[in-house]
Amino acid sequence: MDVIKNVFRTNVRQYGMIVALVLITLLFQLLSEGILLKPLNVTNLIQQNSYILVLAIGMVMVIITGHIDLSVGSVAAFVGAVSAIMMVDYGMPFYAAMALSLLIGAAVGAWQGFWVAYVKIPSFIVTLAGMLLFRGLTMIVLNGQSIAPFPKAFQKISTGFLPDFGNNSIHLLTIVIGIVLSLVTVAQEIRNRRTQQKYGFDVLPMPWFVLKLAAMVAVINIFTFVLAQYKGIPFILILLFALVVVYTFVMKRTVMGRHVYAIGGNEKAAKLSGVKTKKVTFWVFVNMGALAALSGLIYAARLNAATPKAGVNFELDAIAAAFIGGASASGGIGTVIGAIIGGLVMGVMNNGMSLLGLGIDWQQGIKGLVLLLAVSFDIYNKNKSGA
Amino acid sequence: MTDAILEMRGITKTFPGVKALENVNLKVKAGEIHALCGENGAGKSTLMKVLSGVYPHGSYEGEILFKGQVCEFKDIKQSEQMGIVIIHQELALIPYLSIAENIFLGNEQKRGGFIDWNETFVKTKALLETVGLKEHPNTLIQSLGVGKQQLVEIAKALSKKVQLLILDEPTAALNEEDSENLLKLILQLKAQGISSIIISHKLNEIAKVADSITIIRDGKTIETLDMRADKVTEDRIIKGMVGRDLTNRYPERTPDIGETIFEVRNWTVYHPQQDRKVIDNVHFHIRRGEIVGIAGLMGAGRTELAMSIFGRSYGRQISGQIYKNGRELRIRTVSDAIDNGIAYVTEDRKQYGLILIDDIKRNTTLANLAPISRNGVVNENEEIVVAETFRRKMNIKTPSVLQKTGNLSGGNQQKVVLSKWIFAKPDILILDEPTRGIDVGAKYEIYTIMNQLAAEGKGLLLISSELPEILGMCDRIYTMSEGRLTGEVERKDASQELLMKYMTKGKGNERWTS
Repeated sequence: MDVIKNVFRTNVRQYGMIVALVLITLLFQLLSEGILLKPLNVTNLIQQNSYILVLAIGMVMVIITGHIDLSVGSVAAFVGAVSAIMMVDYGMPFYAAMALSLLIGAAVGAWQGFWVAYVKIPSFIVTLAGMLLFRGLTMIVLNGQSIAPFPKAFQKISTGFLPDFGNNSIHLLTIVIGIVLSLVTVAQEIRNRRTQQKYGFDVLPMPWFVLKLAAMVAVINIFTFVLAQYKGIPFILILLFALVVVYTFVMKRTVMGRHVYAIGGNEKAAKLSGVKTKKVTFWVFVNMGALAALSGLIYAARLNAATPKAGVNFELDAIAAAFIGGASASGGIGTVIGAIIGGLVMGVMNNGMSLLGLGIDWQQGIKGLVLLLAVSFDIYNKNKSGA
Repeated sequence: MTDAILEMRGITKTFPGVKALENVNLKVKAGEIHALCGENGAGKSTLMKVLSGVYPHGSYEGEILFKGQVCEFKDIKQSEQMGIVIIHQELALIPYLSIAENIFLGNEQKRGGFIDWNETFVKTKALLETVGLKEHPNTLIQSLGVGKQQLVEIAKALSKKVQLLILDEPTAALNEEDSENLLKLILQLKAQGISSIIISHKLNEIAKVADSITIIRDGKTIETLDMRADKVTEDRIIKGMVGRDLTNRYPERTPDIGETIFEVRNWTVYHPQQDRKVIDNVHFHIRRGEIVGIAGLMGAGRTELAMSIFGRSYGRQISGQIYKNGRELRIRTVSDAIDNGIAYVTEDRKQYGLILIDDIKRNTTLANLAPISRNGVVNENEEIVVAETFRRKMNIKTPSVLQKTGNLSGGNQQKVVLSKWIFAKPDILILDEPTRGIDVGAKYEIYTIMNQLAAEGKGLLLISSELPEILGMCDRIYTMSEGRLTGEVERKDASQELLMKYMTKGKGNERWTS
């Protein structure tokens, strides 16, 4: 029993967020009389929020190092505009244009990272300047007008689905993927448990372990089943899944991830322990730039146009997602999964309130209050555990 | 002989677990300069905080009489109203405000609720004349040197109608000329009837200006010497400061010392902002299996020396050579230093040593993730094994290595820092005040670990303000004062008196008269 208590105590914040997400989802499911979790709407939810979730992944890393990036919305718009010029005006193939766009994003990140890490200008100021600079550049390259339409293949990134074999009423491949994923998860969990036992660490008691596995398998399969009832798995979901897996791995398991947390936790101590603080900070911003570019591409593909007003307020949504997901404003604390959950809380609320017919005015206000509540809950928890 | 302006009787102040002051008595006569002497941590600053109301009445025992009146200060404001003003070692001026604004900060010259700038200006001008500072009242503080800032602080004290001026290490950051000016000013103020208490480590200065000296050791008053009546020498003061009996607080060790493995030559470092040398042409060496001590008072430049060697973490315009096993090292960053087998256990473990929001295992491995990772991927299971090994070896008292280091006691935190650096497998280990603020039991454990490391053939450099610790642990001791090495003493020749003499070696020793 102590083991379970421990697991819960050390992960209160993470579990708390999941519980909050489930509750908010159930609330809007009831209020919207079941529309929220209809297959069509679930697919919509994923596609609508994908570009914010991509930003949230990069943003939580920036916030963990103790910085902030206000420019991501403008950078996304700028890269979207440049990609449109390359694809629409110059007829470049979409993959080449995408690769170039990601490089441009990384270069923008390097520019900002240079000022923050090496010149030691506060990131708030560097990225505020970036926000203005790249919004301006967006309008300049677009001449104040939208560019459209994108090639069909490019649009598929945001609006496409995994194809199915045969012509079924239900998307069979999705169901199969769900089952495969469950098997992989179960195998992985069992392997972890064995290694931990080999090292002689505490593990969950068997019945609890089985219960946990059952819950995980159930969530995966219900989710894929819902998607299968509409058009199956959207491409964008695969991309998101891959990003979450890769970045979670980087942050949790690699030396680079360790150094990012160490810098945010205590930069002086990290430096005196041999962490190359400037270099790591620089690369975190390069990474943010590349992810902002990806987000801009996804948004442009979904809208099927590059517009001067693209990406406005994206940075605020991404920052809110990271903080709702448990990141600490003073750095050193936060997780990729947390940021994703935070982003989903915002996304479900947006979608749910729209379904209820609430105006944008009320939506803004309520989202603001939720952000404040989530963070104060966090601070309250910390003070309690600190005492 | 005039009457006492201040009398502190039977002052006892306890912090959780520590008795900082025990039955301390201090008597300052009207119109005298009274010096307060003692080693670092003897309780001088605590006593002055009791006097000035930083520790309010009720948080200590004993009584304070100022001009024959019993005082029960609740905060600094009340003590200042009585004319007691303290000037701290770290100056409390706001750099972006002018001299005049700083002098009257919190005490603004008002007329009808608005600041009367003319009045402020005139008064500031008069005050600056008194302290002999030829600057315009509107000059910003940031454009003044430390010496002039010190004078502004005194002008500020004068603006509060000061009768008893307390100066905590007033000359620690000053150069020779500024120090002289300051001391002359204090003598001048004395002629005007303002009494002062000076806390200083520079015994030559005290010998120059003080009328009487009270010596504090381990939170107790040892003696008060009258500089006028007796012939008080610096040696006499030192004897009072250090004269404590050494009990067996250090584990036994038979040193097994080999060849020189580490050497620093011609090491000079400039202050990061000001144009002065913090470390001035220092040479020293460490041999295999040797524990070398660096003794020095606060501000002598010990930490700056260590940090500048450890990957140029302090200062600028660093020049000099570092040799290890006869080969010159090129060390530009901390990771260069670590790669070359140098480790540095920082003085302030909370600010520079640990990541308090992270757990023990992550702190243990931070400086050396390579052995537990492959292709940049950390094996967390191996990491726990490593941390567990150190937990047992170092006897870190914690339920689990997943505990946040911020929740540990000082001694256990220090053991985690030591684990981190031992895991980095250094050949040279620099320890900066490794036992500060931890209890006697944990100290003994840390000494034992140090002895083990020396026995393994590593070279250790121990920086400490506690002379008994230096004498109890080190095979050879360097003394530092004002950025220079002022002596090198073998263990068998060392005594506290001798070290203190070298440590307080100033740049001039003649006595002035007021």
